[in-house]
Amino acid sequence: MSPAERFARLPDLLAADSDLRRRGRWLNADCRIDIGAEPFYLTLRDGALVDLVRGPRLLRSVAFSVSGTEDAWQRHWQTIPEPGWHDLFALTKRGAASFDGDLRPLLQNLQYFKDLLALPRRLAEAS
Amino acid sequence: MAPAFDPMVGRYVRLAIDGVAHRLYFEEAGPENGIPLVCLHTAGADNRQFRHLLADAEITRRFRVLAFDMPWHGKSTPPDGWEREEYRLTTASYTAAVRAFCAALELDRPVVMGCSIGGRIVLNLAIEHAAEFRALIALEAADFQKPWYDTAWLHRPDVHGGEVCAALISGLIAPQSPPVSRHETLWMYMQGGPGVFKGDLYFYRVDGDLREKVKTIDTKVCPLYLLTGEYDFSCTAEDTLRTAAQIQGVEVQVMKELGHFPMSENPAKFREYILPVLDRIAR
Repeated sequence: MSPAERFARLPDLLAADSDLRRRGRWLNADCRIDIGAEPFYLTLRDGALVDLVRGPRLLRSVAFSVSGTEDAWQRHWQTIPEPGWHDLFALTKRGAASFDGDLRPLLQNLQYFKDLLALPRRLAEAS
Repeated sequence: MAPAFDPMVGRYVRLAIDGVAHRLYFEEAGPENGIPLVCLHTAGADNRQFRHLLADAEITRRFRVLAFDMPWHGKSTPPDGWEREEYRLTTASYTAAVRAFCAALELDRPVVMGCSIGGRIVLNLAIEHAAEFRALIALEAADFQKPWYDTAWLHRPDVHGGEVCAALISGLIAPQSPPVSRHETLWMYMQGGPGVFKGDLYFYRVDGDLREKVKTIDTKVCPLYLLTGEYDFSCTAEDTLRTAAQIQGVEVQVMKELGHFPMSENPAKFREYILPVLDRIAR
C-alpha cells in the first residue's frame, strides 16, 4: 500500500478509535494533509471525520495544512518508527514535513492531531 | 496489613537563592551517610520524574538520592511577588539554585545528575564549579541545540498551556516506552504553572548557550558522564556526541530505545544504563 492509500483509510481508522474522537470532541476544523504530492482535505466536526476528499480541489480553503514527503509518512507509519521519524515535529525539524496556515486549531488540539496523523501506523505495513 | 509506603520521604527546606527567600520541596531516600546524589528534573516538570530512582534499593544502598522541585515548579512555592514578574530561568539563577540547595542540605561533594535543562546546567557546573562535585551526570544534554518550535505557543489564553506543553514533548518519548510511564511523564507537564515551561526554555534557548565554554571542562577535577536517548530529537545523539568530542576524558553513551525523559519514560530501561555509571562513581 502506498502512503496515500494508507492515509485514504483514515475514516475507518478514526471510526474505530472512540477514545481519540472523545478527546477531540471540542474540535471543528478544516485542514489539508499532503501525502507527497497528493492532497487530502479533512472536514472534522466534534472530533469526527465527516468528510475526506482525496486529490486537488481548486480554491478550497482550509485553516492549516500539514505537508510531508512520501518517504516521511512511510517512515512515520512504521510500527516502531526509527529515531528522528517518530513524531511530526521530528519530521519538521529535519525538513521532511511542514506546517502552514493558521496553526491555532492545530496547537489547541495538538495531541489529537498527532494521534490522528499517526493512525495509519495501525495498518499492516507495505503488503 | 501494614500501609504500602514508597521508600522516599518528602519535606520542605527554607533557603535563600541570590538573596531571595525560597521554600523548596524535595524528596530523598537512602542512608544519611550515603553518597549524595542530587537529581535535577527537566523544564516544566518536577521531581516526580525521579521517583523510580528514589525507590531503587540497588541505588539507595549506597547513595542518598535527593530530588528537589525547582523554584516555581512542583510543590516548591514561587517567591513572594511572583505575580508581578515574568518567570525566566537563566544560567546564573539555575546555577545559584542548585548550589544553594546543596549548601542548605550541607552535602559534601555531591554527585549531580540533571536531565535536559538539568543536563545543560550540569555542563555549566562542570565549567564553573567542578571542584564542588564528586561526579556530574548530564542526561539529554548538549552545549547547544537547534530549536524546533516557537515557545510563544506555550503561554497564551487561547491554548491550554498544560495540554500543549505535554503534546509538544510527547514526541520526545521513545515509542518503546511503556504507555503507563509515557502518560505519567505527560501528566507532570500538564500540571506545570502558567508560563513556567516557557520561562525554563529561556535558559535553554537564549541564555544557556555553552558552545566554546565546554572546551574548558577538566574531567580530572570532576568526572563527567553524558547519556542521551536515541529518540530524543530535541537534544539529539549527534548534539551530545558533538559536545563530548570537545571534552577530554568525558564518558558518553547513546541509550537505545529511550528518549528525552529516560528516568520517567522507561525506568527499567534507564536502569540498565545508569547503574553501571553509578557503580563506577561509588567505587
